[in-house]
Amino acid sequence: MSDAALPGARVALVGNPNSGKTALFNALTGARQKVANYAGVTVERKEGQVTSATGRSISILDLPGTYSLRARSPDEVVTRDAVLGKLAGEQAPDVIVCVADATNLRLVLRLLLELKAVGRPMVLALNMYDIAQRQGLRIDLEGLARDIGCPIVTTVATRKRGIDELVAQVDERIRAGALSGGNTWREPNAGEIRDAHREAQRILKAHVRPPERPDTFTGKVDSVLLHPVAGLAILLAVLFLMFQAVFTWAAPAMDGINAAFAWLGGAVGQLLPDGLLKSFIADGLISGVGSVLVFLPQILTLFFFIILLEDFGYMARAAFLMDRIMGGAGLHGRAFIPLLSSFACAIPGIMATRVIDNKRDRLTTILVAPLMTCSARIPVYTLIIGAFIPHRTVAGVLSLPGLVMFALYAAGIASALGVSFLTRTFFWRGAAEPFLMELPTYKLPDPANVARNLFLRGKIFITRAGTIIFPLMIAVWFLSSFPGAPAGATDPAINYSIAGRVGLFIQPVFAPIGFNWQMVVALIPGFAAREVAVAALGTVYAIGASDAAQATLGSTLAAHWSIATGLSFLAWYVFAPQCASTLGVVKRETNSWLWPGVMLVYMTGLAYLAAFVTYQAAAAAGLG
Amino acid sequence: MHDMIAEPLSDTSIATAVDGRVVRLSAARPGDAGTIVDVRASTKAGDHGVDAHELHRRLLEFGFVEGARIAVLHEGAIRRDPIAVRLDDMRVALRRRDAEDVWVRLDPLASARA
Repeated sequence: MSDAALPGARVALVGNPNSGKTALFNALTGARQKVANYAGVTVERKEGQVTSATGRSISILDLPGTYSLRARSPDEVVTRDAVLGKLAGEQAPDVIVCVADATNLRLVLRLLLELKAVGRPMVLALNMYDIAQRQGLRIDLEGLARDIGCPIVTTVATRKRGIDELVAQVDERIRAGALSGGNTWREPNAGEIRDAHREAQRILKAHVRPPERPDTFTGKVDSVLLHPVAGLAILLAVLFLMFQAVFTWAAPAMDGINAAFAWLGGAVGQLLPDGLLKSFIADGLISGVGSVLVFLPQILTLFFFIILLEDFGYMARAAFLMDRIMGGAGLHGRAFIPLLSSFACAIPGIMATRVIDNKRDRLTTILVAPLMTCSARIPVYTLIIGAFIPHRTVAGVLSLPGLVMFALYAAGIASALGVSFLTRTFFWRGAAEPFLMELPTYKLPDPANVARNLFLRGKIFITRAGTIIFPLMIAVWFLSSFPGAPAGATDPAINYSIAGRVGLFIQPVFAPIGFNWQMVVALIPGFAAREVAVAALGTVYAIGASDAAQATLGSTLAAHWSIATGLSFLAWYVFAPQCASTLGVVKRETNSWLWPGVMLVYMTGLAYLAAFVTYQAAAAAGLG
Repeated sequence: MHDMIAEPLSDTSIATAVDGRVVRLSAARPGDAGTIVDVRASTKAGDHGVDAHELHRRLLEFGFVEGARIAVLHEGAIRRDPIAVRLDDMRVALRRRDAEDVWVRLDPLASARA
C-alpha cells in the first residue's frame, strides 16, 4: 500500500459533556479545523483534519456531548444521527472514538455499551488520565479493554499526551476494517437502561479501584459557591465584575475602533469627489463595517469571562443558583448566561442559547433576550436623558438622570421576565423541562484553550453577525440616500429619500405617541442599529453627528420636543425591535421567519403601548 | 404550583428521617445520605414538561438507579430548591419536583444532625 493510495477516513468523537472531548479535538486537529452549521439545524459542526503516521488523512468530527444516544436536545439528535449515519449528506463514521473522563467512568461506560450496539469499530480514549493517576485511581487497562471489546488509549488532551497513540490506534482500526456486526441499536427502555447500568457497574468493579486520594477540592469550593447566601453573593460579585469589565475595559478599544473608522471615513471622503460613490463608501461601507466591529471588544471581554467560568466549571453552579429565580418567570436556569450576554448585545446572547436543551425553553429565551438593555441603547438613552431630565438630586443622594437610566434597565429586565412568564402561561402551558445537570469537578482553565475559544467566538461573531449586519447597513444607507435631494433643496437630503417619504407617510400612526415626523424618519435608519438613530436625528435636524455636535443635538431636541415626547421616545426604545441584525440572527438560529416575525410584532406592540401610555400620562400631567 | 408531596411521608418526617427510613429524594435535606432503593415512573403526566416515563428514563440515564449511593450536599436559597447531590462518584443538580420518584433508604446514624 503506497501512502498516496490510503483512502481518507472519518472519525467521530462521542462522549459525555465535560469529558474534555473538545480539548481532545483541539489537541488532535490543532489549527486544522473548521466550524459550520449542520444543514437545517443550528448545531455547530466542528470538523478537523489529522494525518496519521502511515500518511492516512483522517477527518475528525467533534459531536455534541451526550449521556445517551436517546437524543433529547437538537445537539444530541445530531450526535445520534451522525453516529448512526442518518445525517443528511453525511456518511456514518469509520471509527467512533468514545471520549471518557477517566475519573468519572460510570456514565460513559453505559454510553459505550449503547455505542457498541451501533456496530462501528471503536476506540476508548481515557482522557484526563493524569488527574486519575494523581488521585490514585487504578484502572486495569488490559482487563477493561478485553471486557468492553475495544482498544483503550490514555490521553491528557490539555498536554497533548497520548494523541499520537490515539491516532495510531484509530488508523489501525481503519486498516483492520471489519465491523463487529450490523447496527442493532434502538431506543432503550427503562429496564434496558437499568441493565446497562448494572453491566457498567460490574465492569467498573472488576477493573477500576476507587481513588486513594479522591478529589476533595470540588466539595470544599462548592460548600462556599453553592451556599444559599454566600453563593448568591459571590455570583452577584462575579456578575458585577463582568459588567464592569464589559463597560470599562472595552471602552478604550471601542473608542479606538470608532476613531479609526471615523478617520478612515474622513480620509476616504477627502480623496473622493462629493457624490454617490463617496456617500456609499464613507457612510454606507465604512461606517457599516465600523458599526459591527465596534462591539467586538465588549463581546470578546464578555466571552473571555464566560469561557473562563465555563472551563472552571462555574457555569453549572450559576445555573443551579439562578434556577429557582429564573424558574419563577418560566425560564430555565441555563437561560441565565444568554440573558446576561444580552446586556452587551443580543446577538451573542441569542447565539449562546444553544446551551439550552429544550426547544421551547430556548425559544422563550431567544424571544426575551432583546429586551435586555444592550449597549447600543446607551447612546440613545444618554442623549435623551441629557436633553430632557434635569440634573436634580432625589432623596438627598441619588441623581435623577442616574435614576432614570436605572429605571430603563429595570424596565428591560422586568419586561423580559414578564414576557417569558406570559409565554409560559398562555402559549406553552405546563411546567418547564426537568432540570437535571451534572456539576462537573472544578478544573483550572487551560490558557491555550481559552485563547482558542475566544478567537473562535470572535471569528464567528464577525463572520455570522457581519454577514447579516453588513448587507442591512447597506440597505439602510440605500433607503436613506435614494432618491437624492433635488438641486437647490434646502431641507436635509434624507427628507427626499425613500426613508424620508415613508417616515412622512406613516407619521400619523405615531402621532398618538407624540412622535413628530423627524423622529419617525430617524427611526428608519435606526433599524440598522439602535445607536444609528442618534446620528439619524442629527441628520434630520441638519446637525453633524460628531461628539461635539451631540450637546448641540441635545439642546435642539429639547427645543423641538416636549418632555412628554422625550419620555415617550425613551419608552419606545426600551422595547422597540430597532435592530435588524438581531432579527436576522433569530432567523438563523431558529431557521424560520416565524420567530423573527413574532419578535418584531410583539416588541413593536409593546413599544407602541409603552410609548402611548408614557406620552398620554405625561401630557395629562402637563408635560406635553 | 409548588406542591412538594401529597403523601404522609412529608415535611414532618424530613426532620426526623433517620435510621433506615425510606424517603423521597425530593424531601431529603443536606446531610442526608443513603442508597437509592426505588426509581419509579409515577408522577402525574404534564407536571414536568415531559411524561413520567421520559422523566424516569432521564433519571436512570443520569445514574439514579437502584443501589446507587446518594448524599444531598446543597440546596438552593428559595424554597430549598434545587438540590445538589453526590450520586456515586459524580455531582448532579436537580429540582425537588423532578426528584419525587427517587426513593432513598437513609443510612442509620447518617442523619445525626437531627
